[in-house]
Amino acid sequence: MAAEKMSLSKAINASLRTALETDPKVLIMGEDVGKLGGVFRVTDGLQKDFGEDRVIDTPLAESGIVGTAIGLALRGYRPVVEIQFDGFVFPAYDQIVTQLAKMHARSLGKVKLPVVVRIPYGGGIGAVEHHSESPEALFAHVAGLKVVSPANASDAYWMLQQAIDSDDPVIYFEPKRRYHDKSEVDTAAIPGPLHAARVVRQGTDLTLAAYGPMVKVALDAAAAAAEEGKSIEVLDLRSMSPIDFDSVQRSVERTGRLVVVHEAPVFLGTGSEIAARITERCFYHLQAPVLRVGGFHSPYPPSRLEDEYLPGLDRVLDAVDRALAY
Amino acid sequence: MTVESTAARKPRRSGAKRSTTARDTKKQPAGQTELVQLLTPEGERVEHPEYAIDPTPEELRGLYRDMVLTRRFDAEATTLQRQGELGLWASLLGQEAAQIGSGRALHDADYVFPTYREHGVAWCRGVDPTNLLGMFRGVNHGGWDPNSNNFHLYTIVIGSQTLHATGYAMGVAKDGADAAVLAYFGDGASSQGDVAESFTFSAVYNAPVVFFCQNNQWAISEPTEKQTRVPLYQRAQGFGFPGVRVDGNDVLACLAVTKAALERARTGQGPMLIEAFTYRMGAHTTSDDPTRYRSPEERELWETKDPILRLRTLLTREGLADDAYFADLERESDALAKRVRDAVRAMPDPEDMAMFEHIYADGHALVDEERAQFAEYQASFVTAEEGI
Repeated sequence: MAAEKMSLSKAINASLRTALETDPKVLIMGEDVGKLGGVFRVTDGLQKDFGEDRVIDTPLAESGIVGTAIGLALRGYRPVVEIQFDGFVFPAYDQIVTQLAKMHARSLGKVKLPVVVRIPYGGGIGAVEHHSESPEALFAHVAGLKVVSPANASDAYWMLQQAIDSDDPVIYFEPKRRYHDKSEVDTAAIPGPLHAARVVRQGTDLTLAAYGPMVKVALDAAAAAAEEGKSIEVLDLRSMSPIDFDSVQRSVERTGRLVVVHEAPVFLGTGSEIAARITERCFYHLQAPVLRVGGFHSPYPPSRLEDEYLPGLDRVLDAVDRALAY
Repeated sequence: MTVESTAARKPRRSGAKRSTTARDTKKQPAGQTELVQLLTPEGERVEHPEYAIDPTPEELRGLYRDMVLTRRFDAEATTLQRQGELGLWASLLGQEAAQIGSGRALHDADYVFPTYREHGVAWCRGVDPTNLLGMFRGVNHGGWDPNSNNFHLYTIVIGSQTLHATGYAMGVAKDGADAAVLAYFGDGASSQGDVAESFTFSAVYNAPVVFFCQNNQWAISEPTEKQTRVPLYQRAQGFGFPGVRVDGNDVLACLAVTKAALERARTGQGPMLIEAFTYRMGAHTTSDDPTRYRSPEERELWETKDPILRLRTLLTREGLADDAYFADLERESDALAKRVRDAVRAMPDPEDMAMFEHIYADGHALVDEERAQFAEYQASFVTAEEGI
C-alpha cells in the first residue's frame, strides 16, 4: 500500500493494524475496543482479525487498564491502551505518573515500559462534561513521559507507529474533532523524527505555533490574514514532550513574532513554556511579546458555550493583530 | 483491635472438616472464624485437611535460619537508621513467618511484586540484603535488577503493584509459561481502588496471580477496622476466586497455603487471595510512634505468638537442632549484620549527573539540554577554583 487518502481515525486504525501484524508482542487494550471497535470506531475490525488475545476488551477501570499494561510491558509485551475520553484519564493518572513514567529511571534503565496511552482529546464535538478536555500539559510536566499529538492523517499513522516502537511510554493525544478529516497517507514513506515540529505554511511576519486540533484553525487564520496582506508562518509542534524549541526558534528568528495556540487553558499551559523558552532564546529577535491563545481558567464549559471557550479564527486573528501592532 | 482467641492455638484433630476457631464465638468478632494453622504458638504441629506439608528436618531448619537472619538484618537496618546511616526504615519485625513462608513457596520462574517491607521475601529470592538499603539511604530508588531475581522493585504507592502483578500474570498466561505471580500488599492497601481493580482484572482474565495480604493489623495508625467491615480474605469471594486466612505467624501454614495457591495459579485455575493474619511488632516506619495509637498489652499478647519462637520450640523439642546449631546461627547473624553495616557505610552517594540518567530509554531533548546546562554550571566552580 502506498499513498492513499484516508481519515485521521482510519489512519490510526491502519497504524494499529500494521503494528499488530508486525510485532506479535503488540496488544490493544481498552474499554469497548473489541466488538464495538471503540466508541469512535478507531479499533474497528481489529479484534475480528487479531483475536481477543491481541485486542482486549477490559473492565471499566482506567487505573486497571494502565496498571495491567505496565505489568504486561514488564513481561515483554507492547500494550497500546485506549482511554475512552480525555476526562476519563484521571483515574489512571496515578498509575501513569507514579509508575509508568518513573520505572525506567528508578530501575536505572533495567526496566523498559513501551506503553502507548491513546487519548481522544479536545472539544468542538458538542459533548457532555469530561469529554472535551485538553490535559496535555499535565502529562508533559512529568519527566519520563513523552507526549505527542498528530494534526493530520499521515502524522496520525506514522507518529503512532513511532510511539509503539519507542521504548518509552508515550501519551498519544488524538484530536477527536479531526477524526473524520481526510488527507494523504503514504504508508511506504520514511517518516521524520517523532518529536520534530514542522512548518506547514511559510510566512515572514509572524509565527503561529499550534498542535493537534488547532493546526487547522491556525492554517485558516493564516489564510485569512493573507487576504489582508499579512504573511503568517504556521508551525505544527506535533510533540509537547519534548518540544522542538529549535524549530520554533528558527521560525521566530525569521518572523520576529510568535503566537501559540492551543485548546487547553492558557495558564501554566504548553504555551507558557514556549513563551518563556522563546523569550530566553530569541530576546533580541522578538518584536513583540509572545502571545498565547487558548482556553480559560474555567472547567470546560457546557457545549453550547464551547465555541466561545475554544480559540476560533477570530480570537487567533485578534492575537495576530495585537502582536503585529507592537 | 481484635485477636484470635486462645482456642485457635489448640491442636485440632486430623480430618476436621475445616479449620475453625469458632468454638469460642463469644470472643470472636464476626467472620473471624477461619485460620489455617499448622504450627501453634506453643510449637505444636497441627494438621489441616486442605493444606498439608511434611517438611524435612533440614527444611525446617532452613525456614528457621531464614527467619532469624531476616530478623537480624531488619534489626540492623533499624539501628543504622537510628545512627543516621539510613533516612528511613520500614521494619518487618513480627512478619518473618508470613514473608519466609510465602517466599519459600515460590519457584524460580515465578515473579514477585513486593511493597516496601518485603525484606524477607527478597531474601528468599536471593536479592542481596544490602541492595534493599539503597532506597532507604537515599542513593537510589531500587538497587537491584528486577529480572535477575524475578523480584520487582519496592513500590511505595500503596497497592499500585497489585495491578502490575496482574498484568504480568496476564502475560505469563499468554506465554503459556509454567509460572505464577505473587503480589504482596497490606491491610491498608486493601482500601485502595487499585487492589480492587487488580482483583477484577485477575478474575476476569483468570490470571495466574496470588494476592498475599499481610494483615499486620495497622496501616500506620489506622486499625484494620478502619479499612474493612468484613475479614479481608472474604473479599475474594465477591470477585469470584477463593480467599483464605492463614496464621501469618506460622511459617509452615504460610508455606503450605502459598504453595497450594501458586500451584493452583500455575495450573490455570486463576487467582487466589491469602490473608496472612499477623502483627507488625514495631513501628510502621522509623518515623512512626506506635505508642500514640496502641497499647503495650496488645504487643505483649502478640509476642506470645512470635513466629520464630514457636519454630524454635518445635526444633528443640523434636531434637532437630541443638545448642551448637543455634550458636552457629547466632554467629552467622552477627556476620550478616556486620556485612550490612559495612556495606551501608561504604555506599557511595550517586554522581551529580546521575539525576539526568535513565529518565528516558530513547533520550529526550529537554533532558539533554538541562544536563548540558547543569554540567556547565558545575564546571564553572572548578574553573573558579583553578583560577585562584
